Amino acid sequence: MSALRILVPVKRVIDYAASSSSIAPISHSKRKQNKNLIRHALQVKPRVNKAQTAVETAGVKHSMNPFDELSIEESVRIREKKSYPHGVSDIIAFTCGPPKSADILRTAMAMGADRSIHVETKDGDEIEPLSVAKLLRAVVDKEKVDLVVLGKQSIDDDAGQTGQMLAGLLGWAQATQASKVSFEGDGKGVVVEKEVDGGSETTRSNLPMVVTADLRLNEPRYASLPNIMKAKKKKIEKITAEELGVDLGKRLKTLKVIEPPPRQGGGKVEDVDGMIAKLKELGAI
Amino acid sequence: MIPRASHSVLRQARTQLKRRTGPTPVASLSALARLLSSLAVLEQKNGKLNHGSLGAVTAAQKLGGSIIGFVAGGNIKAVAEEAAKVGRVEKIIAVDNAAYDKGLPENYAPLLVENIKKGGFTHIIAGHTAFGKSLMPRVAALLDVQQISDITAIEDEKTFVRPVYAGNAIATVESSDDIKIITIRGTAFAAAEAEGGSASIEDGVDPKAECTTEWVSENLAKSDRPDLATAGKVVSGGRGLKSKEDFDRIMLPLADALGAAVGASRAAVDSGYADNSLQVGQTGKVVAPQLYLCAGISGAIQHLAGMKDSKVIAAINKDADAPIFQVADIGLVGDLFDKVPELTEKLKQ
Repeated sequence: MSALRILVPVKRVIDYAASSSSIAPISHSKRKQNKNLIRHALQVKPRVNKAQTAVETAGVKHSMNPFDELSIEESVRIREKKSYPHGVSDIIAFTCGPPKSADILRTAMAMGADRSIHVETKDGDEIEPLSVAKLLRAVVDKEKVDLVVLGKQSIDDDAGQTGQMLAGLLGWAQATQASKVSFEGDGKGVVVEKEVDGGSETTRSNLPMVVTADLRLNEPRYASLPNIMKAKKKKIEKITAEELGVDLGKRLKTLKVIEPPPRQGGGKVEDVDGMIAKLKELGAI
Repeated sequence: MIPRASHSVLRQARTQLKRRTGPTPVASLSALARLLSSLAVLEQKNGKLNHGSLGAVTAAQKLGGSIIGFVAGGNIKAVAEEAAKVGRVEKIIAVDNAAYDKGLPENYAPLLVENIKKGGFTHIIAGHTAFGKSLMPRVAALLDVQQISDITAIEDEKTFVRPVYAGNAIATVESSDDIKIITIRGTAFAAAEAEGGSASIEDGVDPKAECTTEWVSENLAKSDRPDLATAGKVVSGGRGLKSKEDFDRIMLPLADALGAAVGASRAAVDSGYADNSLQVGQTGKVVAPQLYLCAGISGAIQHLAGMKDSKVIAAINKDADAPIFQVADIGLVGDLFDKVPELTEKLKQ
């Protein structure tokens, strides 16, 4: 058996503090700070553009999809904790997105990825999960990857499809919404605890496989300044979708994007009796 | 509309899957409805039909056309018979094989694909549950289809509505795929009536695909209270509860007084006050009960994404400026450690 080669796809999305606060795991010490973020977030939540064709992205802070931070962290931990018996030889970060997506590849490398692959697209182009899965399949074949760790969903499209699609295309085992990943001594078996409706479920699969990270998998580290500097020297390989033999044509056409109807708060009551009276009035009890 | 519909019908007729069904495509919507046939993927556990998954039938009813249900697992007969009683379902395809009991996508996906190919369905519908989320994208990839996840409404046979950005925007999308693979948001499609129907039951094809994953164990939270995702009333606690002991002491009696399910905010779950499976929000459960009563929850938009479609929202929070009050129909500013027990007592009377 040889050392593990891990592929970690990452996506550049509207910053979660702006789109949906408190997605990334937060430590106790950061709670207070985060509370302020939540306050702030409510004022700068994603806005639909005037033409109602998309969410306004120009001038909005972007960062790595928080679930993808968990995937990078998990991959780096597999290496650091030597949890895979034959070690980890390569951690490759991958993204498909506009030129600015290179920033999040640098972040991934500052967290511990060895190198990156960037399939560059035009600003504003949205690539569907099926196309991304096909790109990833091509990269897996090219780089002889044995484990792909993805986030369970991106917080912009909220589709939650790419990992499962990739596993299907490759015919590999899959473990979605993983909260714990461990390796068996034989270097083949991977035991994954997954979050399911009503609790958790544990499955055992053989490598190669695809794992998608849930919130509770780990707490991602912050990239230290020296590591950020080192990451600048690491390589980003640019490759086109054509070179990988993938058509990025879309199957879904977005006809319209609107804001959800606003909910009107009904005002406050003075005491518990007032609350019970109002609950009865509204027919809720 | 007519030219568009005609294009779509031709496209369907052109595919290999539809070739067998044969009738010459006509450019009219009634012909379209006749061609349309939906496969509702139903969930079962330990020989019992999961009634929550009958939302897929409701979605199929909205699409029009014929409705076929799909179940698989060991000793599936009883589940198939139960599913056959669901209103407007014409046929149940059942596959009796214990290998499908745990819904592992590695063998369940090829199973579905074979049955979809054989049946020539135009729409495949499943719930956006742990089962549907893990299975359907794999099925979609095997059929080379771009899935449409977590839809909340159906506009026509190829146009669907789904929330994006944690529910901060609502997108309407049109699919150009020949087969539409859809997962539905349970709170937007109530379960279909489980009686009144008399569908025939037919054995499905079983490709007996090898499964590279084995199920080891599960750890499900046991509770006598209603299921969170489908409960009519939900009481939910947040960071303000301060500890697991307080959460249990304060929230559980209130839930029992109301006959409600218990939910929690991300903060409460992360701090260990409540089980992960109780989390309400973008990354947890999406609920839309008659009553959502929350205490000690500030109302981050990630949490609102999971409950803002509730009919009545009531909130208790000591911070009068908490964002939750902007969406709550009934707000009470006060210390939850006083107010919730008082509320519980008065509700019991």
